[in-house]
Amino acid sequence: MPDLPADTPVDRLARATPPTLARKVRGLSDRTIAWIFVAPTILLLLAINIFPLIWTIRLSFTNFRANRPNEPVEWVGLRNYQRILTDPDIWQTMQATAHFLFWTLFFQVLIGFTLAWLINRKFRGNDLMTTLIVIPMMLSPAVVGNFWTFLYQPQIGLINYAVEFVTGIPASSFTMLGSVSLAPWAIVIVDTWMWTPFVMLICLAGLRSIPDYIYEAAEVDRASKWRQFWTMTIPMVLPFLMLAVLFRGIENFKMFDLVVLLTGGGPGDTTLLSSIELKREAFEKWRTGYSSAYAIILFVTVFGLASIYVKALNKVKER
Amino acid sequence: MSAYSITEPSKASKWVAGILVTLYMVITLLPLAWIISTGFKTGPDSISYPPKVIFSPSIEGYVNLFTDRTRATPEQLATMPPPDNFVDEIVQRRGEVVTGPSRFGERFLNSIIIGFGSTALSIVLGTLAAYAFSRFKVPLKDDLLFFILSTRMMPPIAVAIPIFLMYRQLGLSDTHLGMILLYTGVNISLAVWLLKGFIDEIPREYEEAALIDGYTRFQAFRKVVLPQAATGIASTAIFCLIFAWNEYAFAVLLTSGNAQTAPPFIPTIIGVGGQDWPAVAAGATLFLLPVMIFTILLRKHLLRGITFGAVRK
Repeated sequence: MPDLPADTPVDRLARATPPTLARKVRGLSDRTIAWIFVAPTILLLLAINIFPLIWTIRLSFTNFRANRPNEPVEWVGLRNYQRILTDPDIWQTMQATAHFLFWTLFFQVLIGFTLAWLINRKFRGNDLMTTLIVIPMMLSPAVVGNFWTFLYQPQIGLINYAVEFVTGIPASSFTMLGSVSLAPWAIVIVDTWMWTPFVMLICLAGLRSIPDYIYEAAEVDRASKWRQFWTMTIPMVLPFLMLAVLFRGIENFKMFDLVVLLTGGGPGDTTLLSSIELKREAFEKWRTGYSSAYAIILFVTVFGLASIYVKALNKVKER
Repeated sequence: MSAYSITEPSKASKWVAGILVTLYMVITLLPLAWIISTGFKTGPDSISYPPKVIFSPSIEGYVNLFTDRTRATPEQLATMPPPDNFVDEIVQRRGEVVTGPSRFGERFLNSIIIGFGSTALSIVLGTLAAYAFSRFKVPLKDDLLFFILSTRMMPPIAVAIPIFLMYRQLGLSDTHLGMILLYTGVNISLAVWLLKGFIDEIPREYEEAALIDGYTRFQAFRKVVLPQAATGIASTAIFCLIFAWNEYAFAVLLTSGNAQTAPPFIPTIIGVGGQDWPAVAAGATLFLLPVMIFTILLRKHLLRGITFGAVRK
């Protein structure tokens, strides 16, 4: 803006011009404001998200150990990656993770959808019940996980007592968290308890998005309830259900807090999920370079799977 | 009675659905009820078999939660002055003496400082950025959601490795500031995305009218947009707060004493011979209760928050 002497005819003209011009003179331009507003967030994301990622990639090609910062760091190329991908123990943890992932998703989708479908009958008090059912998923997984070890105690725990009460199997004859065959299921149960409401809420939103007139039309056409369910309800809820699976899948692939407090990876590595193994490598054995490579592999795996999945999800949405 | 509709579920099916959902609700809330009730049990009551549903309530768990104690012999106890408050009385009845306050109070306070600090920072930065994303042409706008999702794909432990090294260099290890910045960094993308959704819903016409009336862009933002977005800002804040409040992985790896929050601390509460379950339950109750209340307050926006705004209802 060139400086103008006060109250020239030009100045008077400027006052009479549309507000955009006047605004530019008095306040900051929209462009400047946009940058001032966005800059702090971008800086923070760079510092906390992008920079650490780049640093992890760099570390993954070295043999750096964080507990010995003064030792010379060697560039080892792809050796860390090679060692991880050929290590049978790592594949063991991948299997444990896959088992956890598959069964938690299976039960959560099954129970979550059923619940949503029932709640959608709109019986009296369904809103209040929905809110109460949702509570577990909002709580601290660490604190809740810790308390579940108490519920799972063989002599005194509520779960074993309930099992004895219902099935007659003596409560002290089995330990959910201590037995190699039961522990992988014990963690599935707690995660399902905690996260079924999540799937339920999203399915409920899906069910409620189906307009009534579709069902009315089907009734007029004398389509059976069974047929309506499979040809209308399920296809229309599917995009929602897939979204819920995506979120839960990503979360459970990196599951750490709940399981580390329930079993710590035991007994005998049967519940050693990849995040727990990563923690051991990085913060107990202090193999920083090696664990960085492992972290990158995990990240690329989730990223790849999620990208393929999102493509499939978009196709379902388009139909 | 409303008009008869062929799509309205029948009365019988409503009843069946209601009963099944009630059953699920009771089972799923039982562990939570157990946490709360265990907090009011005495040590022997908490580990009795069969589990006690009816018991005489005691505040022993809460007393243990807030105190450090040591065993005392009957002779030692006899030489001590008679207890002058209920805490000493409860402790001495069990043959123990209070040696000082426990760390629980400190850890709880840390949770509050870090939780509210990071929430405030996320909301201030997030609201500004969300406004810019909503109203102006900003590069990378369309990639934002995918970016948020991808930052959530990194396991927290993987992020913790470089953060651990970075904080060691900067002297931010085990400090409140370090944890506040970290949680803000994790929360901010979610906050921006949710807030952008809320601000998108405010008609642009309001601001445009204000701008024509001679407000600057910043005044319009402060006096027109902010009041309209208040509900959205409040519910986003609660989501940020709950995340920071519940977070465990970073807290356990990056803090040890000074800035440790309650989640890594509660599982370490031990009494004589193993975990002191009434005290653990008391700590858990105090820690979980605020979140339970917030969940109920938040119910209208819950879905939006947990799906990063993907499902809006």
